[in-house]
Amino acid sequence: MLSQDLNTILPEIILSLFAMGAMLGAVYTVKDKAATLLVWITSGLFVALAFWIGTTGEGTTTAFSGMFVDDAFSRFAKVTILLAAAAVLIMSQEYMAKRDLLRFEYPILVALSVVGMMMMVSAGDLMSLYMGLELQSLALYVVASLRRDSVKSTEAGLKYFVLGALSSGLLLYGASLTYGFAGTTSFSGIIEATSDGVSLGLLFGLVFMSAGFAFKVSAAPFHMWTPDVYEGSPTPVTAFFATAPKVAAMGLFARVMHDAFGNSVSDWQQIVAFLSVVSMFLGAIAAIGQTDIKRLMAYSSIAHMGFALMGLASGTAFGVQAMLVYLAIYVAMNIGTFAFILSMQKDGVPVTSIASLNMYSKREPLKALAMLILLFSLAGVPPMLGFFGKFYVLQAAYEAGLAWLAVAGVVASVIGAFYYLRIVFFMYFGSEQDEQLDTGSSPVLWGFLVASAAVMVIGVINLFGVEPLAEAASLALVN
Amino acid sequence: MTPLVIAFYAFAVTTISGGLMTVLARNPVHSVLWLILAFLSSAGLFVLLGAEFVAMLLIIVYVGAVAVLFLFVVMMLDVDFAELKAEMARYMPLALLIGVVLLMQLAIAFGVWGFSDGVDSRLAQPIGDAENTKQLGMIMYDQFFLIFQLAGLILLVAMIGAIVLTLRHRTDVKRQDVMTQMSRDPAKAMELKDVKPGQGL
Repeated sequence: MLSQDLNTILPEIILSLFAMGAMLGAVYTVKDKAATLLVWITSGLFVALAFWIGTTGEGTTTAFSGMFVDDAFSRFAKVTILLAAAAVLIMSQEYMAKRDLLRFEYPILVALSVVGMMMMVSAGDLMSLYMGLELQSLALYVVASLRRDSVKSTEAGLKYFVLGALSSGLLLYGASLTYGFAGTTSFSGIIEATSDGVSLGLLFGLVFMSAGFAFKVSAAPFHMWTPDVYEGSPTPVTAFFATAPKVAAMGLFARVMHDAFGNSVSDWQQIVAFLSVVSMFLGAIAAIGQTDIKRLMAYSSIAHMGFALMGLASGTAFGVQAMLVYLAIYVAMNIGTFAFILSMQKDGVPVTSIASLNMYSKREPLKALAMLILLFSLAGVPPMLGFFGKFYVLQAAYEAGLAWLAVAGVVASVIGAFYYLRIVFFMYFGSEQDEQLDTGSSPVLWGFLVASAAVMVIGVINLFGVEPLAEAASLALVN
Repeated sequence: MTPLVIAFYAFAVTTISGGLMTVLARNPVHSVLWLILAFLSSAGLFVLLGAEFVAMLLIIVYVGAVAVLFLFVVMMLDVDFAELKAEMARYMPLALLIGVVLLMQLAIAFGVWGFSDGVDSRLAQPIGDAENTKQLGMIMYDQFFLIFQLAGLILLVAMIGAIVLTLRHRTDVKRQDVMTQMSRDPAKAMELKDVKPGQGL
């Protein structure tokens, strides 16, 4: 029995053992000498695990009396998380080494937080959910303040920690109300208890838990930490925040809503739809006045989470499929965009102001073009992949009878397009300035930027086969 | 009024007033002491529920370790609590509003509280008639094996995090080198000089 259970969580076990082994090995090396090697090995392991999970998983298996679920949905989310984390780790290596930030604990903490994320998307019980969530968050709090000599970075870490603890408190309170009503913490028990309607007490549990999740996916009105944390953290860490944890938190949100509260879709639909609308509009409007590209990306991620939540709000299998496709596209776009932001520097010092991009196309035509494609895709301009992501969620919302939500999404998307296009305007038609960015960047960043931009154009043909996988994943979750 | 009911109300009232005074006390050291009182009386509530292991855990871990640690931190750090409170006072009306709304909502929720059907079949069943501690142990290392291991990983992350964020390798301090100490001998350690009278070195 136990050996079977352990076999089911083998990828998580391997990753945790690797993190502990690497820790033991690295403390015997001279100060952070092993860090670069460790970054590459960790990313290699991520990719290998993603390949393994993606190719070998079959059907639905539960382990540890239902606390851990391995199904097509969790596998889809895990592969996305692992690949995103691997890409961000590789991108961050050079940037951090140059700024003396590359400590050997960084890849280890990222690996441990990925273990937490994998637990989150596979949770089948409120307790394993919470443990995965805390493992992921705690590692993220630490990497947020990795640049410990900078006031901004430590402030980012502390802010994230305090508000994260508050949201965990809300989540736990909701979980305790749910437990008090249903008498069990397992999702299968909760769905059984709600088979004949939701009582008011359980509804309160649902609302509190949704608030906790909304914080983790940085959906408005629980988004306040996002801009500060994105701005203050070292840029590679920001890139990490914007990709893998978002997928994990959205996966967790969808799993709880469908696996535990699948009988009461109409009750949580309005909550999720509200979060979605507020996030889309807040993200679109608040980003307009930003001058720092990292803060802008923070608001952009809030808006994008609003769109992903729209898929969830439709409450159907197609909605979950749309959400997964949207998240995969979002991660691909963000990796490219952050590869560009990581390469922005002036005399070797990182620059994040949008004004520094003035007339960038004259000096770096190819990079500017790649960034143009990515920005168009983020904005959802038709021929790019980002448009199809938006189209998917809008279609899901419309088919589920939430036409008003779809209309709101279109309006928010048009407002949001303004600030993406503003950067394009600066790059191509801005005024000449003395403050010019250095030209040339490392081949790794250049490669990620161009590859991501290419994906945005080529992916239009068949979305790289993500669609049928997302469909299988959504059918495993919603039935 | 059986003694049990009297004890329940006594503990409940002390818990709530302890919690309230933790927030209201002007002196931060008093706050921590009130907090300890709240912990102790909630431990009493757990005893009344028959969960003596959790009660002891609360006293040993929270009162014995956490609260005492708190007390040390409060006494050692030079935090200007008056200034913090002045800052807090600015947001007081908003906080009060949210608090009152939440309180009323919870009152509604608890007012119509009811368990779902068949809750007894879903509740965790006692394993035989072993005592509390033994049952917890059996569940912890068996059914909750996964969660137990994950808790261990979380503690590992906390430890790594504390070291990453605070450890500094200082180069300006003299460190003990045992090998040099042991390989010293009087011939190398001392140098004899013959100082002539009236001349100095």
